[in-house]
Amino acid sequence: MKCRKCGQKASVNMRHHKLALCREHYLEWIPEQTERFIKKYRMFTRDEKVLVAVSGGKDSLALWDVLWRLGYQADGMYIALGIDGGFGYSSRSQQLTEKFAAERGLELHVVDMERDYGRSIPLLAESTHRGKGKPCSVCGLSKRHEMNRLARDLGYDVLATGHNLDDEAAVLFSNTLNWAGEYLIRQGPVLPESPGLARKVKPLCRFYEREMAAYSLLRGIEYIYEECPFAEGSTTIFYKELLNRLEEKQPGVKLSFYVKFLEARDGGLFTLTPEEAKAALHTCPSCGQPTSAPGKCTFCRMLDVVSGK
Amino acid sequence: MAVKLTLRNREFEVRPGMTLHSALEKLDILPESVLATRGGELILEDEILRDGDEVVLVAVISGGGA
Repeated sequence: MKCRKCGQKASVNMRHHKLALCREHYLEWIPEQTERFIKKYRMFTRDEKVLVAVSGGKDSLALWDVLWRLGYQADGMYIALGIDGGFGYSSRSQQLTEKFAAERGLELHVVDMERDYGRSIPLLAESTHRGKGKPCSVCGLSKRHEMNRLARDLGYDVLATGHNLDDEAAVLFSNTLNWAGEYLIRQGPVLPESPGLARKVKPLCRFYEREMAAYSLLRGIEYIYEECPFAEGSTTIFYKELLNRLEEKQPGVKLSFYVKFLEARDGGLFTLTPEEAKAALHTCPSCGQPTSAPGKCTFCRMLDVVSGK
Repeated sequence: MAVKLTLRNREFEVRPGMTLHSALEKLDILPESVLATRGGELILEDEILRDGDEVVLVAVISGGGA
């Protein structure tokens, strides 16, 4: 197969775009498309300060690399979760992230759950009996809380995450199976800022997971290849596999599922109930972040359980 | 001789002369879920696998965050 731009041997074939590219043109194409999506969805401008949430995985490091190459003011934040899995999962991913930042002279902020909150994520989950034996819900809760806290405390205009199209399609699939209207209406490339909440953006939301892996490999980005030990057998992975089976038979089905959903949502297919529209957020008296119910937020209540308050 | 493919800790062998796509189908591996490299270079699904080739498959699906 030949590169559409230069006729040389292609390295990546994207059946959903009917486009094959060689290494050189693929490494140009990904940043060009990222720029296009940043503008199309009005994510941020070059005057704004971007905080990129990096995990040491292929997507978030690729995102940081692309934003840096495009000339955006993009710093990184890493959360040390304290997950070992018998092979030092978190410490290895932290090393890779720090190496990535140092090689490019980029600023990296590190939150360490054990240092800053006294317990790793698995221990927090165990101490609070949350998550049915798996720390994934505590992990998600803590990451959301800390990403927002850092973005606000350090004065960033926007928080960028490395969610790719497969991530978004899997969430959309799950929310559709459950007709979770309240979640469906909020899913999108941009979650606007609101009092106490930083703007969140997903510049990679139109790229297949396979495309981001190809970008990282071709760019020579060293990322944590091993899967999170707690992700094995997860519903997200199961849904991604199902969607990939569909994609194999119908190239482009994942992309159209997501893009047509966005169009339908913007066209008013989903609306909040009057109760949902009226529901106001409250401020957590402990950390100052917004919370859906009066009193402390879930993260602070979890910390209270751990400290025996 | 044969063609050797590895995916994480698993090793597979197929006959030379088939395309990468046919090999993945035979092994029940979804092409959409992996990238294939040979000698450090990405190869595409229409690539004919030759005797003695060693193909490393890179899993691309992830479900967690470090």
